[in-house]
Amino acid sequence: MSESEQSGRRAFLGATAAAAAAGLGFVALAPGMQLIKFAEAKAGMAGASSKVRWGMLIDTTRCATGCTDCVTACATENAIDPGSGRPGQSSQWIRKIELKEQSTGREISLPMMCQHCADPPCVDVCPTGASFKRADGIVLVDRHTCIGCRYCMMACPYKARSFVHETLTQQNPEVPRGKGCVESCTLCVQRVDKGQEPACVEACSKGDHTAMLFGDLNNPTSEIARRIATTASSQVRADLRLDPGVRYQGI
Amino acid sequence: MKPLLATLPARAKQYLFIALLCLAAPVSIAGVPKPVLTIENPGECVAPPEVIRRTHMDLLQHQRDKTLREGQRGARISLNACINCHASKSTGSVLGSNENFCQGCHAYVAVKLDCFECHQPRTGIAKATGVKP
Amino acid sequence: MANRAITFREIEGKGGFYALLAGCGVFLLLGAYAYFQMEHHGHVITGMDNQIVWGMPHVIALFLIVAASGALNVASIASVFGKSIYKPLAPLSALLALALMAGGLTVLMLDLGRSDRMIIAATHFNFKSVFALNVFLYTGFFAIVGAYLWFMMERRMNRWTTAAGVAAFIWRLTLTTGTGSVFGFLVAREAYQSAVLAPLFIVLSFAYGTALFLLTLAAASALGRLSLGAAVVQRLKNLLATFVAGALYLVVVFHLTNIYFTRNHGVEQFILLDGGIITGVFWVGQILIGSLLPLLLLLLPGRPEAALSRILTACVAVVIGGLAQMYVTIIGGQAWPLDLFPGYAARSSFFDGEIHAYAPSLVETLLGLGGFAIAAVIVIIALKVLRLLPEKLDDATLDPQQAKCTAS
Repeated sequence: MSESEQSGRRAFLGATAAAAAAGLGFVALAPGMQLIKFAEAKAGMAGASSKVRWGMLIDTTRCATGCTDCVTACATENAIDPGSGRPGQSSQWIRKIELKEQSTGREISLPMMCQHCADPPCVDVCPTGASFKRADGIVLVDRHTCIGCRYCMMACPYKARSFVHETLTQQNPEVPRGKGCVESCTLCVQRVDKGQEPACVEACSKGDHTAMLFGDLNNPTSEIARRIATTASSQVRADLRLDPGVRYQGI
Repeated sequence: MKPLLATLPARAKQYLFIALLCLAAPVSIAGVPKPVLTIENPGECVAPPEVIRRTHMDLLQHQRDKTLREGQRGARISLNACINCHASKSTGSVLGSNENFCQGCHAYVAVKLDCFECHQPRTGIAKATGVKP
Repeated sequence: MANRAITFREIEGKGGFYALLAGCGVFLLLGAYAYFQMEHHGHVITGMDNQIVWGMPHVIALFLIVAASGALNVASIASVFGKSIYKPLAPLSALLALALMAGGLTVLMLDLGRSDRMIIAATHFNFKSVFALNVFLYTGFFAIVGAYLWFMMERRMNRWTTAAGVAAFIWRLTLTTGTGSVFGFLVAREAYQSAVLAPLFIVLSFAYGTALFLLTLAAASALGRLSLGAAVVQRLKNLLATFVAGALYLVVVFHLTNIYFTRNHGVEQFILLDGGIITGVFWVGQILIGSLLPLLLLLLPGRPEAALSRILTACVAVVIGGLAQMYVTIIGGQAWPLDLFPGYAARSSFFDGEIHAYAPSLVETLLGLGGFAIAAVIVIIALKVLRLLPEKLDDATLDPQQAKCTAS
């Protein structure tokens, strides 16, 4: 390496280093990030509490074959439309199942939705923790974290979950839903947090069927707790020991 | 086939590199016009503009967990409150043109908005109340 | 005779090399195009829906991932069990493992509903989920096998090869157990919920990996214009036959056990008898082509001149059988409806109580095939730029003692 080459190299390195230092200095001198707590929730703002456990009681003897009031109400409240894909690709958060007992021929009709288990398999298998159970027992999907792997759909014993197959534009502002994420019945958490009951329950009682009852399972004085304590009710697939929050009478 | 640059003397290559570096700066600064936003409801936001401009992404990320996972709700913590206040009066949305509140700045800094894949950017959508009459 | 010096060399890349690379590149581009279509329009353009949530991409991706773990077999036998005849082939084995894993993982990640959220997947973990554990196992696989390959190829690191080989061996058994457990841990579906799925996947990985390795070895020797010695092919053939037989045994045990439980009669009858395409793919694809035909080809004597072509045909059959096995497991397991109310026949607008049909679309199949293309492109380019193959692949180089015996 000759003398002139060496000094040329040094000059080059020096110039670049100076430029880089100037750039870094500029960035460092710009105002830094501050941790602002202005818009945080005020202390004491109500949130979900584990003192409450929301649940539903469905009396299948009052559930009419062919009636889909609950399904329609859910679709209206959560702005779920069939979409442009195949029927199998439409989201269904609640569905009516018509059952026929094979040995006796007895027929039953009942609505099936996310059972809001105490020990949800969908929460166990979600790799990012997007599927979670809120403190008050409502099982939800955090669509900020959901990567759309659909493992929870494989794991759900009740086939309660749906995958959004295409872009949505007509969402209800209170119910964000979008392409590529998995979703299921939220027990109308946007209504429950306001003190109302889920849309399906309201529709059923407005329609005078009163097959669906919503309430706090942990409160011994609530109507649902009293009914469960006195009349027989069962959970679907109870042998899996998931302790669903939705119970059925008359199966 | 020797590349053209290989034929230049060493010092010329060094100066060319520094010159290009210096040229890049003014070109990027003078390029795109700054966004012109319409503030529909002037008044107090949840934080001063200089602060919220830099930290709204952290606030949103923090608050969304509070609402979704902990169930905390309220005007100062709700994304819908932001949208209702900032939505353009003409289009009713925070998206749609570069004068709109969210889209204007985000188009300028070329940061993709992920929020509105799921959240409704328009106001005035009739909130469903249950059974269709 | 421990350290006979074998020279490793890149292949020259003559003949059909660039044509083959271009051919694989076409499938790579088609796979990329398919991904962009799916990402833009959503899964509405695929054959997957809310009943069959995992389809062709998962069938192919899981096959590639299981095979990747098994492709490391030859290297493991060399480093962990000390069979020196396989040592010269160990670098190719490790590279193939990395390539297949890259192909399989890419397809899996690109099929996600929100594939733009990879960073979320890499930073938010629910450790009770086998998927989350698998993220660590798969990325660790790249690191460990990458280090292993480097140790094998870098002379001054050769003394660490055995340690890395043992680590890689243990890691890939864990990884394949994790992959099998993805299904084994699902209590909801009758076709899964079995502990035997994890060891089954391990033996399947041995079979698929060895078959793909043999095919790659033959292709690499053809590309590099090297003649392949019969001795090592013979031993790999016997190994492959053992693994195929082992896999068949575990499949039989799995189904026999399921048949024993009355509550599983429905799903077993569906898979084994009246499931239409699922039954066809099971008996013809998985059992006949994937297990019985390879065993016949590998174990029955025939004309010695045609030995290599018989063995390679058996390998192709194992690969077809592997894809069939994945199809039956993944699609068949989802096609059978969940039994929410035992003893009742169910009907609903959400397809309760009925067999779920699945017709793969072109986009998702192209995405899956793109995974094969990724693996092939990686192997082809690596053969050209890295010194993966020994200079000669004949018996005299690979197994001098054997050559001496046959010669004398």
